[in-house]
Amino acid sequence: MKITRKDVEYIAHLARLEVDDLLVDKFADQIGSILEYIDKLKDADVSGAQLMSGAALQSNVFREDKVLPSPGPGVTLADAPEREDDFYTVPRVVG
Amino acid sequence: MKLHELTLYEARNGLDRGEFSSIELLESLLERVRSLDPDIGAYITVDIQGAQRAAREADNLIAAGERLPLLGIPMALKDLLCTRGIRTTCASRILENFVPQYDATVVSMLKKAGAVIIGKTNMDEFAMGSSTENSGFHITRNPWNHDCVPGGSSGGSAAAVSARMCTAALGTDTGGSIRQPASHCGVVGLKPTYGRVSRYGLVSYASSLDQIGPITRDVRDAAILLNVICGHDPLDSTSADIARPDFEGVMEKFERDGPSLKGVKAGIPREYLSVKGLHPQVEKAFANARKHLEDMGVEMVDISLPQTDYAVAAYYVIAPSEASSNLARFDGVRYGFRETEARDIIDMYKKTKSRGFGPEVQRRIITGTYALSAGYYDAYYGRATRVRSMISEDFSRAFEQCDIIISPVAPTPAFRIGENVDDPLTMYLTDIFTLSTNMAGLPGISVPCGFSSQGLPIGFQIMAPRFDEISLIRAGYALELSLSLEKRFPDI
Repeated sequence: MKITRKDVEYIAHLARLEVDDLLVDKFADQIGSILEYIDKLKDADVSGAQLMSGAALQSNVFREDKVLPSPGPGVTLADAPEREDDFYTVPRVVG
Repeated sequence: MKLHELTLYEARNGLDRGEFSSIELLESLLERVRSLDPDIGAYITVDIQGAQRAAREADNLIAAGERLPLLGIPMALKDLLCTRGIRTTCASRILENFVPQYDATVVSMLKKAGAVIIGKTNMDEFAMGSSTENSGFHITRNPWNHDCVPGGSSGGSAAAVSARMCTAALGTDTGGSIRQPASHCGVVGLKPTYGRVSRYGLVSYASSLDQIGPITRDVRDAAILLNVICGHDPLDSTSADIARPDFEGVMEKFERDGPSLKGVKAGIPREYLSVKGLHPQVEKAFANARKHLEDMGVEMVDISLPQTDYAVAAYYVIAPSEASSNLARFDGVRYGFRETEARDIIDMYKKTKSRGFGPEVQRRIITGTYALSAGYYDAYYGRATRVRSMISEDFSRAFEQCDIIISPVAPTPAFRIGENVDDPLTMYLTDIFTLSTNMAGLPGISVPCGFSSQGLPIGFQIMAPRFDEISLIRAGYALELSLSLEKRFPDI
């Protein structure tokens, strides 16, 4: 499957990536050849086959609806790259 | 015998008998780390002070008569298992300075069992790779031949065990990342059944495939570690609430009655032996190990896993799809690296991720995003999950005819550093024998079974039905005893 420079840039945007300009063409070639290989899935006869999204035991998991102690913001925010009091700070969201 | 040469089992007995102390054992391993690791590069972080403190505590407990399965045993952990107070990088720049606030469940279990954590081992960034060349920090060299890769993604753990820079280690396996590096480094690697070991605190790559397991000097050590890390954890909803047998019990029985595998049927998938690129020396080592199994009473059965040809393709849709979702969390807001030079929040996300993630991670995120995008979802992800259920059914059918399935671990011995870096597809195809067990959630083990003419180790894979790790350990241990490889570790 042919993947263009523009395709890579568009998908990267969807994934919130900004691929280094020098890498875009290389990625287009490599992802193209990976997708070309993956396209062999089209030959698989999957009629009647179930979807299998995981390998866990197929049973419901319940837990008690009980409030447990929270570690608190001192712990949960400890690794934030930028914070103010008990809040994460981020660049401007609304223009 | 020098202390660093001891297996976990031997060290356990020596410590309990007071023949040496945990701190002496630790220092003997740390001395190896100081002299060898500048070349090998197995570790990302060595926590000397923390390890010394834990070893002294262990010595006090042992002196007071305490007996625990790992008390005073120095261990290395793959650097994607969260360790409270020790940075956990996933070999990625994006987590270069991340210090977790909690321990992964397996780490808590190891500590409770008395283990001493030496440090965190190198890996392919976020476990994406088969050679440890994708680490964001440095490569790891194979202790048997420094020009070769140790395999991956748990290459640092396998190299640390093989070079005897720790007594045992943990790795993780998403498509072969415990078994393949164990094979390339001449050690034992066991991937448990999906759900056997809690994934809480394991940084996710592909959550439906990831599983934590031991990398050890021999099969008995793997059984000892498995006894410690198995168990139900309410913090991981995929963790199975199922009893675990005493995995070490097998050894005691064999010691009493001699190793026998009478009545065991082993399936050999005909599709595996006709795989293109299967190295003749791997084939030869496999055939020799197979002969040893037959001599111990194993009956060989020809089986078919018809979806083998589609397994790699389906895996490389599913794993990157899950990765593209899992890795969206590294957004520069809650932890990890943030690029501060940004116009707005979208620009911040983009710059943070692109500067924090290496090329293989970005390539997989893009592939996964593509496979999940509108218009392609059914053709890629939908189809791949159907193939996945067919792979799982292939195994169920096969296990009606046999108790275990045997195969090589990787098509070739360890390849040279740099040989496959620019060709991701060729690298992906090296996972052909291992990734189907992840797709089906089955357990598998890699046991050393010989060497190439260049002196590189070759591993033998055994697979079993879900939650039947005991069959892997039984057959693996018998094979290890029968082969009695003269040379188990590199001369370093």
